[in-house]
Amino acid sequence: MIDYNSVLSEKIKNIKPSGIRKFFDLAAMMKGVISLGVGEPDFPTPWTVRKAAIDTLEKKRIIYTANSGLAELRDEIAGYTKKKIGVEYDSKHEVVVTVGGSEAIDIAVRALVDPGDEVLIVEPCFVCYAPIVELMGGVAVTIKTRVEDNFKLTAQALKEKITDKTKLLILPFPNNPTGAIMTREDLEPIAEVLRDTNIMILSDEIYSELTYGRKHCSIASLDGMRERTILVNGFSKAFAMTGWRLGYLAAPAPVVEQALKIHQYAIMSSPTISQYAAIEALTGCENEVRKMVDEYNVRRRLVVDSFNKMGLTCFNPEGAFYVFPCIKSTGMTSEEFCERLLNEQKVAVVPGNAFGECGEGFIRVSYAYSLKHLMEALGRIEKFISKQ
Amino acid sequence: MNELITLLKQNARFSNQQLASMLGISEAEVAEKIRQLEDDGVIKGYSVIVDENRVDKDMVIANIELKVTPQRDFGFDELAKTIMMYDEVESISLMSGSYDLSVTVKGNNLKSIALFVSQRLATIEGVLSTATHFVLKTYKDKGIFIENEENDERSMIAP
Repeated sequence: MIDYNSVLSEKIKNIKPSGIRKFFDLAAMMKGVISLGVGEPDFPTPWTVRKAAIDTLEKKRIIYTANSGLAELRDEIAGYTKKKIGVEYDSKHEVVVTVGGSEAIDIAVRALVDPGDEVLIVEPCFVCYAPIVELMGGVAVTIKTRVEDNFKLTAQALKEKITDKTKLLILPFPNNPTGAIMTREDLEPIAEVLRDTNIMILSDEIYSELTYGRKHCSIASLDGMRERTILVNGFSKAFAMTGWRLGYLAAPAPVVEQALKIHQYAIMSSPTISQYAAIEALTGCENEVRKMVDEYNVRRRLVVDSFNKMGLTCFNPEGAFYVFPCIKSTGMTSEEFCERLLNEQKVAVVPGNAFGECGEGFIRVSYAYSLKHLMEALGRIEKFISKQ
Repeated sequence: MNELITLLKQNARFSNQQLASMLGISEAEVAEKIRQLEDDGVIKGYSVIVDENRVDKDMVIANIELKVTPQRDFGFDELAKTIMMYDEVESISLMSGSYDLSVTVKGNNLKSIALFVSQRLATIEGVLSTATHFVLKTYKDKGIFIENEENDERSMIAP
């Protein structure tokens, strides 16, 4: 009999499964649970995008596209990027269409990291960065953000972690799980720290369309930053296209040249139907996106206000579709809180520490749900709190 | 559009407290804004969207296209105002295109609507012709799906 333990890679075996998984299994076993635990839009993909995909199926041959993606889509991505963040990319040599933002993150990290390289990861954050870094033999170095700073990265915290081995900073804003954003004023001191270094930035801007009250600012648009920034974005969140698996990265040509090799060997080309549909998303959905953002904003205010009224203080998140209330006043840990809330009131939220140690004492609540659903869930959470 | 109106159109039964929370203003401000909208006649009333077939199985709805010739001193507005006085008329609009007035009529059965059209509408001076289209099934009304919406198939927890 084969001994799997000896055949499976040590490196992979040492990677921890996502912390969310355990909680997911718990919630999945119970009946009547209402969830605020999901990181994907509740809106359907705009109809015109779906129609574009249907038309593609009817009229086109579904064959591989160029490795880096359909030329027309790359042109649109370059145009959209220029319009949204004011940074120009050459669609021929500086854009790759990927299988979701996830693949863009993966090939960006792999294109840069050698064994021993240190990668700075701003926590709390999405769960995939550290494992990918570790797969490359790199060292994931955590930078903790604090609620006192509204979970923004500060120049001071950044400086403290930079060594001569630092190769890359991963900057995930608007942030999952906190909903924090970085404004131009917040980014400028960060850029100043990096300006005379050889450190690259992976700016994960997948939530860039979902900001409330002010427009998203990309660090790539700051003086001297474009040359060191790998911009990651995608269609999942802005256009409610999670299952279409489509994202992209934009970066200077020497970076793209290497990343494209990985994409070429591992993926070949991103899904063709999705690529045609994405052209429609970028060219014909401005109104749809605005409507979704307006609706998220109403929910956001409701959820933030409700938590504050319950006595779980909640800083004002200006991006993504999450709020990150503090539950320290209950005396429970994040995991205790979530488990008990699930058992006693059947509401699923995610413990903050699933996104990094400094998320302890917080919970992530998604508002990618209808108002009716949110009101029911908030009512149950309130009941739970009042019984403590 | 006004955010408050957007929310009330979604659900006119949101409490002022809920609306205040969702709009980021105080309850008193919500009450004041609503009073203002009512006073100005922007808000005409509060209604309910129902699946008509489940309330009254025999209920029949028809859209009637009217072609009319406006008279001197009795134009489209006057004709429409005459027609809208009938209880059977749910809505009436002036249209561009191949006919002039679109009238939605509700009745207890096909015959009552047919009679209403032939006896009441067709006989009005200035009405040239009528075309009656019965509604067989409504899929979406006032932006809301009448047929059951899809279930949420997303998983409970996802990063």
